[in-house]
Amino acid sequence: MAGISKTSIARKVAMALSGLFLVLFLAQHFTINFTSVVSPSTFNEISHFMGTNFVVQAILQPILIAGVVFHFVMGFILDIRNRKARSVSYAKFNGGANAPWVSRNMIISGIVVLAFLGLHFYDFWIPELIHKYVETHPDDPFRYYDETVAKFAGDPIRTGLYAFAFVFLMLHLLHGFGSSFQTMGVNNKYSGAINIFTKAFAIVIPMGFVFIAIFHYFNNL
Amino acid sequence: MKLKLKVWRQEDAQDKGGFQNYDVDGIDGDMSFLEMMDVLNNNLVNEGIDPVEFDHDCREGICGSCSLQINGEPHGPDRRITTCQLHMRKFKDGDEIVIEPFRATAFPVIKDLVIDRSAFDRIQHAGGYISVNTSGNTQDANSIPIEKQDADDSFYAATCIGCGACVAACKNASAMLFTSAKVSQFALLPQGEVEAHERVINMVNQMDAEGFGNCTNTGACYVECPKGISLENIARLNREYLSASVFS
Amino acid sequence: MSVLESKIPEGPIEKKWTKHKNEINLVNPANKRNIDIIVVGTGLAGGSAAATLAELGYNVKTFCYQDSPRRAHSIAAQGGINASKNYQGDGDSDYRLFYDTVKGGDYRSREANVYRLAEVSSNIIDQCVAQGVPFAREYGGLLDNRSFGGVLVSRTFYAKGQTGQQLLLGAYSAMNRQINRGKIQSFNRHEMMDLVLVDGKARGIIARDLVTGEIERHSAHAVVLASGGYGNVFYLSTNAMGSNVMAAWRAHKKGAFFANPCFTQIHPTCIPVSGELQSKLTLMSESLRNDGRIWVPKHKKDAEAIREGKLKPTEIAEEDRDYYLERRYPAFGNLVPRDVASRAAKERCDAGYGVNKTGQAVYLDFKAAIERYGKEKAFTSGHKNPIKEEIIKLGEEAVEAKYGNLFEMYEKITDQNPYKTPMMIFPAVHYTMGGLWVDYNLMTTIPGCYAAGEANFSDHGANRLGASALMQGLADGYFVLPYTIGDYLAADIRTGAISTESEEFETAEKEVKDRIQRLYNTNGKNPVDYYHKKLGKIMWDKCGMSRNEKELKEAMEEIKALREDFWENVRVTGKAETKNAELEKAGRVADFLELGELFAKDALERNESCGGHFREEYQTEDGEALRDDENFRFVSAWEYVGNPRDAKLHKEQLEFENIELKTRSYK
Repeated sequence: MAGISKTSIARKVAMALSGLFLVLFLAQHFTINFTSVVSPSTFNEISHFMGTNFVVQAILQPILIAGVVFHFVMGFILDIRNRKARSVSYAKFNGGANAPWVSRNMIISGIVVLAFLGLHFYDFWIPELIHKYVETHPDDPFRYYDETVAKFAGDPIRTGLYAFAFVFLMLHLLHGFGSSFQTMGVNNKYSGAINIFTKAFAIVIPMGFVFIAIFHYFNNL
Repeated sequence: MKLKLKVWRQEDAQDKGGFQNYDVDGIDGDMSFLEMMDVLNNNLVNEGIDPVEFDHDCREGICGSCSLQINGEPHGPDRRITTCQLHMRKFKDGDEIVIEPFRATAFPVIKDLVIDRSAFDRIQHAGGYISVNTSGNTQDANSIPIEKQDADDSFYAATCIGCGACVAACKNASAMLFTSAKVSQFALLPQGEVEAHERVINMVNQMDAEGFGNCTNTGACYVECPKGISLENIARLNREYLSASVFS
Repeated sequence: MSVLESKIPEGPIEKKWTKHKNEINLVNPANKRNIDIIVVGTGLAGGSAAATLAELGYNVKTFCYQDSPRRAHSIAAQGGINASKNYQGDGDSDYRLFYDTVKGGDYRSREANVYRLAEVSSNIIDQCVAQGVPFAREYGGLLDNRSFGGVLVSRTFYAKGQTGQQLLLGAYSAMNRQINRGKIQSFNRHEMMDLVLVDGKARGIIARDLVTGEIERHSAHAVVLASGGYGNVFYLSTNAMGSNVMAAWRAHKKGAFFANPCFTQIHPTCIPVSGELQSKLTLMSESLRNDGRIWVPKHKKDAEAIREGKLKPTEIAEEDRDYYLERRYPAFGNLVPRDVASRAAKERCDAGYGVNKTGQAVYLDFKAAIERYGKEKAFTSGHKNPIKEEIIKLGEEAVEAKYGNLFEMYEKITDQNPYKTPMMIFPAVHYTMGGLWVDYNLMTTIPGCYAAGEANFSDHGANRLGASALMQGLADGYFVLPYTIGDYLAADIRTGAISTESEEFETAEKEVKDRIQRLYNTNGKNPVDYYHKKLGKIMWDKCGMSRNEKELKEAMEEIKALREDFWENVRVTGKAETKNAELEKAGRVADFLELGELFAKDALERNESCGGHFREEYQTEDGEALRDDENFRFVSAWEYVGNPRDAKLHKEQLEFENIELKTRSYK
């Protein structure tokens, strides 16, 4: 096992594993958010649980943050290494002839998603921390729905930014989700089905998030 | 047909190099791309200019010597062929063609369009063999039956001609398709199983040491590979590598 | 008494090799590490020899002009490799393989060598499978065989259409193992420029680093030349662009006799030359002749109209076509042997019936096969009255299943659809049976200088059978040379390392440098290719598929004149101190210009027709080859004495004790 973490394949596997973990998180996040469209009370209930449960807050949340940080730091490291692998670049490189844009530009879609995470933290996570730990408000299990909706209501720019970022998340997932299986060594008779599933996931989940944002925007005009 | 060529010229590994423009005339659609290069070189020699150096040998698509990046693609716009099998009928009168060497840090330019692909050799020195003596005291060939599917898959992996188009096409200059083809050929055969773990670790380590990039599964290598080496081989390499890392 | 000593062991033919192995000297393992061997060329013969010698413990240095040993031209062999395994139980045996090879070679090969080749052939397959060569297999997991031209059994092992590449990768992997162990140093992009003799023994080479242009000295106790054939003397051939005779020719000039230079195989089914600027010919598998019918127009005016592009082959009526092979050889038809088919095509084209823009091509037509297969298919699938389109469709599917990849390759190159219009083919130079003369131990007439594979005059006589070249290369390299070389090296265990500082190395290096300088000291009028093309045309027109005294004499004069012009007027651009393809080519063409003359002389002296060598004066009434066993049952081994035309002939009489001499007939 010694030295495994230093090889290109090991790094790629780490990238794939962290990516898959984030995909799981994304699915979970979407499921919770979607309840805000259907039932505000359910949304509040789950949000309250997530925001106050010890396991979620003290164990899962740090793991998630570590996963996110690892994924993007590693992404940058790999990109820098890959650029070094071609020290003199081509005068003419017809990359579009042999690989799709999404596969060749994970760093771009990744950076947009990372930037979005900044906005997202500014919108929700930091206020949440302030709410809980700085201003130490009393526990209010019914505040979540209104706080969430308030971010989109009457703010077409923010809604638009969210939609834009999710389009890039979709592009990122269109390559990344399926690619992680190949990296893990899965390429067999199930690969066709895996490919369809990952592509569908990559479109449905981000577009679902866009729908939620737009829904709340129009619902509160 | 008349063509405008933009050709990379570089005196040696130390030279910075740059493009030169040349016009060639009288090109026939039935000529191969390298025969077009011959015409160019013949003109240059007659004008007293050093001809363009490029690697080529068998000119029938099997030795893997030829290695030109033509209009941004290794071996040019056609598929499942090498440069020597690319015919000029794929181009039109008046076309501009940009001709560069395959570019990768691990493939330094020797001169003009000639590159040093010895990194591929070193990856194979590291483990691209089965440790059997050539003494002639081996067992009868038919004492090792091999499932036809495995034998065929092993063969398809072994059709790799080591031209380096996979590296040239990859935006990361990764050599994973090449290495995976070499690992797969042996991994699929019972004869190669005994030292499978050691082989894959040594070959991957050498591949990394040569300075190739990481695989990001864009699939460009497969599209440009003259022999159509399948991406399944890369998955198999990953699998073999993981199991070797965990179990040995 | 001739100076040629073939050293064939005594005893019955099937015991000779075993007996010889038991009796020759060996070098003990501790001494082997003090002995260096140079191997020039890394194809099947060189690669396998290098790997095995290194494994035995010798220190090996390999040299190849390619950027990797794996690219040697053995890689281009398509069909397969013969071995007398008798896995199919169809009556094959060592004797039968031996017999087929001697007969196929038109009784101009050495019995003992060929028997040994047949004897070790089975071992090659075992060896290759153990190394992981992915041969084709049947569903039961066992090895598959197919049959090849001129024999009655299925003994050919294959790996789809690229047996050569797979076998070479096997030998290369064995080399890699030894490189990893530090027993082989591989010098790639290096060309052997000369052989160095010390006290009459081969003790090293002068090589040029093709990247830096540096002239290097390398010493060894023995030198193995496995540098392939010289088909490129014809300029256009199926050989690789870089294939050359330099190593063998340099050895020849230092004292190694050159045997049977005029024995050349011309393969009948190659894609024809499309224009003046063509550089290379591509082979189409011989198997196509099983179903394709070969023809040219019966009337000259039709042939002319086709050449001008006014008429299409499909527009020529059945009665206006000349299926000349079926006409001349009713018994064998389109399946006559390679040399016969090639000559017949040339005869028609010379007479003005050739097709293609150049008039140098004949048709290979699958229309009849498509219709035949189509009807069979329709019948077996229950169609009582199929319409024509249906038959064609079914027939094309059947042909595609058999030859799909070949048809695809043809279409890629020619841009013509061979299902709809007949293929065009023409013969091309493919393999040279001649080469350096070697004894039973594969040693040339220079002590310590060995030749293996296509580089030696080999086991193929005057004509090589399909799938035998790979067999011979690997047999020499894996199983013959590593044993026999020990017999010579046993005397060298106390010699110690050979110094490269000796006067002999000094002189050889100077000669090489002077020669390069001479190439630059010319008037610089014509590019190297100008001379190579001219030489090729002389060779093809006058020393090609059929030869006669008058033209051979002309060829000798023309080649001599061309050579003189070359040394006065060749133009070599660039510098000698960098990668310089023009300089590399110039050196190779200079040697071809000498070899070509010896080639013509050899053909001129051999007053008979046999195998690939057809002399118009020596033919039967109906135009078939007329062998003269009484006067020409010998190997011509030429000694260099200063000028190719003055070369001195030595004859090695061939004894046939195990096979009766017969005439081949295909009527």
